[in-house]
Amino acid sequence: MTKEQVRQAILDILTEIAPDEDIHSISDDGNLRDQIDLDSMDFLDIVMELRKRFNIEVPEKDYEFLATMSSCVNYLFPLLGDRKLAS
Amino acid sequence: MVYDAIIIGAGLSGLAGGIRLALFDKKVLIVEKHTVIGGLNSFYTRKNRIFDVGLHAMTNYSPAGQRKSPLGKLLKQLRFRHEDFRLCQQETSEIRFPEKSLHFTNDFEYFKQEIAEQFPTQMDGFLKLLEKIENYDELSLVSNAPISAKAVLSEYLSDPLLIDMLFCPLAYYGSAREQDMEFYQFVIMFKSVFIEGFSKPEGGMHYILNLMVEKYRALGGEMLMGNGAKSIRIQNGRAIALVLADGTELQAKNILSSAGYLETLRLCDPAPVELESAEPGQMTFMESIFVLDKLPKELGYDQSIVFFSLNTKFEYRSPQIPIDPDSGVLCCPNNFQYPSPLPEGILRLTHQANYEYWNNLSRSDYLAAKKEQRAQALEKLFKIFPNFSQSVIFLDSFTPKTIEKYTGHLNGAVYGAPEKSKDGRTPYENLFICGTDQGFLGIIGATLSGISMANLHILQN
Repeated sequence: MTKEQVRQAILDILTEIAPDEDIHSISDDGNLRDQIDLDSMDFLDIVMELRKRFNIEVPEKDYEFLATMSSCVNYLFPLLGDRKLAS
Repeated sequence: MVYDAIIIGAGLSGLAGGIRLALFDKKVLIVEKHTVIGGLNSFYTRKNRIFDVGLHAMTNYSPAGQRKSPLGKLLKQLRFRHEDFRLCQQETSEIRFPEKSLHFTNDFEYFKQEIAEQFPTQMDGFLKLLEKIENYDELSLVSNAPISAKAVLSEYLSDPLLIDMLFCPLAYYGSAREQDMEFYQFVIMFKSVFIEGFSKPEGGMHYILNLMVEKYRALGGEMLMGNGAKSIRIQNGRAIALVLADGTELQAKNILSSAGYLETLRLCDPAPVELESAEPGQMTFMESIFVLDKLPKELGYDQSIVFFSLNTKFEYRSPQIPIDPDSGVLCCPNNFQYPSPLPEGILRLTHQANYEYWNNLSRSDYLAAKKEQRAQALEKLFKIFPNFSQSVIFLDSFTPKTIEKYTGHLNGAVYGAPEKSKDGRTPYENLFICGTDQGFLGIIGATLSGISMANLHILQN
């Protein structure tokens, strides 16, 4: 996966868990929690979706890396970089 | 085969917990002793009519787009859209006491105005109480020393009538404790009834229950109906197997039980010492359902729900007599804002009842007692409400015995035990409870309870 594809994968997850939010307006460096009104229940869902879709475990100490879009991409890219997208 | 989780009970909390687990590919099985889903909020069929039982309405109404309200959280966690639930809001409800009456709608400002008009001297105190309620963390899963709601209310309000009028609907719709509530539960109920308000799903409670079952099954969740849990085998502080009524033994990493705290401990084999100190609840009800040949409004019943007391002092306890006809709840399901009207007029009338009395009756006395108590209840009701006897085309009543039979709650205690287990833990490391005895109240509360306990104990591990 490229960084752009990782970003898209995160957007797909956000669309799934917050279908009413305008995810296209998300800026890379703003706090996700503030931009689309996410709470701790939503973060659990992001982590669970990552596990379900990519078999990635995000330990609780790493939740801070999910704060902004760019920190998410930077954190997940090394873990997802060698994955092929399902065609 | 070992399940990730087995859930006991196909009520709202069990189904919600099941959906959460199935969403994330857990192998999950719900076992239900009855052949009907719903538990405390179920439905039954008589003469081709489907009747909802359980709460008269859903509390916690919030409009579409709110993700942080209890309803909003429930919808997003179960991945439903607001419109999926087809919620129709109430019109106006009422708290009717001998000297005063307070009306409320789903617009909280309306209720504040009512209090300002009816209790002008109490308004300052009420606004301060409101501030305390709004800033209270009632959903914390940490158990603190219990705080009496009545004690807090009397710090802010000096008129006992207003205290009782506020307490009455909240007690009826959620209190397992006699004459009082824990303050955090009062806050949950205050927000869910007065600040958020009532709605009913178009198509009745069974519509939402079926929606949840469909989602659960579509996600791969398994269900076993008519074959409930007989015992939970315990070894070395763990639940190692669930034994079903037909003798089948099932293995699961976790068991999530919505049977009630004490009821769950009673299933454990061998029985835990904690069984001796756990107190069952006492609050139970009799309800009669009347089908009418007219709409309730044509008979003078124009409210959605009326909580009434014929006495100035409101009593909430297991009465010494079979039922207490001096106070009750009257629900007119027709008086909700449905897109098309219900086919028939319906009234539901609920009273506090004494479990022991109903439990000790023989079968033939039981049927006679139902008829007699219903007649007494109506006689009292018609002192302050219009008489609808001539319009009844079908009626049916259920009692604490019926509730016990269908919910499995000891004493038919609708809201379970007064002591709640907020973190859902039991003496055993992989056995958890959800639903009424976890302490979130009402239909939305029970559902959120299943979600929270599945998240906390199974998904986060």
